[in-house]
Amino acid sequence: MSKTSTVDVARREARVGLPDSLSGMPSEVRKHKPGNAIKRLFFSRKAAPYLFIAPFIISFLLFWAAPITRSVMMSFEHRIPGYTEFVGFENYERMFGDRLFWLAVNNSLRYMLLTLVILVPIPLALAVMINSKLGSRKVKAFFKTAMFLPALTSVVVAGIVFRLIFSEGSNALMNQVIGLFGIEPNRWLRNDLTGLMVLLLLAFWRWAGVNLMYFLAALQQVPDELYEAAAIDGASKWRTFWSITLPSIKPTILFVVTISVFGGLSMFVESFMLWGATSPQNIGLTIVGYLYRLGIDRGDWGYASAVGVVLLVLVLAINLAQLTISGFFRKEKR
Amino acid sequence: MSVKTTGPAVGTWAANDRIEQELRKDNPGRNKRTRSLLIVTALIVIALVTLIPFWAIFIGSFQDGPALMRHGLNLGIDLNEAHVDNYVMLFTDSGNYFRWFFNSVAITSIQVTLTLLISSFVAYGFAMYEFRFKATFTVLVLLLMTVPFEMVMLPLFLQMSDFGLLNNYAGVFLPFIASAMTIFFFRQYLTGIPKDLLEAGRIDGVSEFGIFFRIVLPLMKPAMAAMAILNGMAAWNNMLWPLLVLRSPQMQTLPIGLNSLLTPYGNNYDLLIVGALFSLVPVLILFFVFQKHFISGMTAGAVKG
Repeated sequence: MSKTSTVDVARREARVGLPDSLSGMPSEVRKHKPGNAIKRLFFSRKAAPYLFIAPFIISFLLFWAAPITRSVMMSFEHRIPGYTEFVGFENYERMFGDRLFWLAVNNSLRYMLLTLVILVPIPLALAVMINSKLGSRKVKAFFKTAMFLPALTSVVVAGIVFRLIFSEGSNALMNQVIGLFGIEPNRWLRNDLTGLMVLLLLAFWRWAGVNLMYFLAALQQVPDELYEAAAIDGASKWRTFWSITLPSIKPTILFVVTISVFGGLSMFVESFMLWGATSPQNIGLTIVGYLYRLGIDRGDWGYASAVGVVLLVLVLAINLAQLTISGFFRKEKR
Repeated sequence: MSVKTTGPAVGTWAANDRIEQELRKDNPGRNKRTRSLLIVTALIVIALVTLIPFWAIFIGSFQDGPALMRHGLNLGIDLNEAHVDNYVMLFTDSGNYFRWFFNSVAITSIQVTLTLLISSFVAYGFAMYEFRFKATFTVLVLLLMTVPFEMVMLPLFLQMSDFGLLNNYAGVFLPFIASAMTIFFFRQYLTGIPKDLLEAGRIDGVSEFGIFFRIVLPLMKPAMAAMAILNGMAAWNNMLWPLLVLRSPQMQTLPIGLNSLLTPYGNNYDLLIVGALFSLVPVLILFFVFQKHFISGMTAGAVKG
């Protein structure tokens, strides 16, 4: 136990002369006793950073790297319980002709784009409204709370309520509403368009309040001087919004777009709550839903892995593109 | 950020606007009041529409389950037929419901505690030291932040099965405790802490870990509160991963348990609706007590420009 790093020696010397009461550590640590290696490690500034980030590295290796590696390997295999065969790129070829795979991709992309359309501009407009000097403060506080409450519910609870509100019975809320206009009860969850509408409403209901808060926080950071300057120049409200407000809150808009893209692409539980694992004509089938079906329901692990790998590559590509475009890496290096 | 406030184009805009202002001059006060009223009305209407599902589930909890299943849910209630049988059932004969409730509380508390501890520990390493490959690891954290967990859930499920962690609390929370998002947030927060403080600790002979636990951790309370809420909500409402990991009814959490009541026969709808409503209670209570923290916690992820 005579090996002591120079840093340690230096640090120990620095401590010489300090009374025990001041040094704030048990005195036995400072003695060169065998078995103190671990304690010395705790005082080493060279080792410390690696020990600090070790949990992250272990977690990354165990819960990301290992499963992904395994997935890549399984994607070249044909697997049924008790039997495994190497099949090369067969699983990947199968994907091209798989109608359900493309349907799932299509459904997920469509859902993602439409959630972007409703979950960015509308909460932004509401946030601008709240941030304006018009209107009563109490009403605004009430509004913010009401909009935020749905974010506290789980998809399960929200899904149950939406299912019952949009059920086929003539007494269901939405059928009553369209009944006011003389429209016959609708089987909302049985066809593609109304089914998608219910999904989007559910997403909007749960997330609009959170996005609103993001935008509001950003709007409150915009310095008043900018608006004053615009007012002096005689800029209209609309012009001020485009030239001052929007550029000032661009980082937040990018952030909200990013989380909406990934939220949209990985949507599954919402659909699972409205339809269960299978929906009529697969109108609720999403990418993650298809993964779930292939892996958990069918045990077709080889093909499921191939689908998973393709999607992961897709997501990583979008990710890198987005981070590069938004200048995230540049900012990190600074 | 550049804001153009001069130039010919803006001049034209300004001119147009001046004409508009001239036109409005007749009664600027009334104009403002009308717009104020419009905004207030719009906000109240939107807020009430947003609250409809809460009212619906509340009303539904006093109705017959099978009838709800057949006819759907609306906002009215026939007071002669309203009853509290569902509530009686919840507290006397609800099968595994409170077991699920307990599982949810247990998993959420363990997951939040470990996530805060481990992620702050890691974040401290990133924020306070220079070391080899630091940039590489930082990019890794950033990447993991935006890769949806769902994309690795299948192979991870097999992995957990190999570890023997299926149907086990640990299997549910272990993958999330070194949370990339939380690490990133803590790291941002820690870079604001003066390094002199650490040097002072070192001179006093405190170990590198002692510095973290005794000096830095107590300074992180506000950031901890925000991340506790963010991670807590995610854990409490998490559905997909626990659905894969927890197989037996006794081990399930509230979201999966409730989902299992959602059968096509509608025979469990009594418990389903009152159970769903009751599962909101702890969250709503915490929200109204710590409202400000909740909002800042759940919106903590936004990057500052």
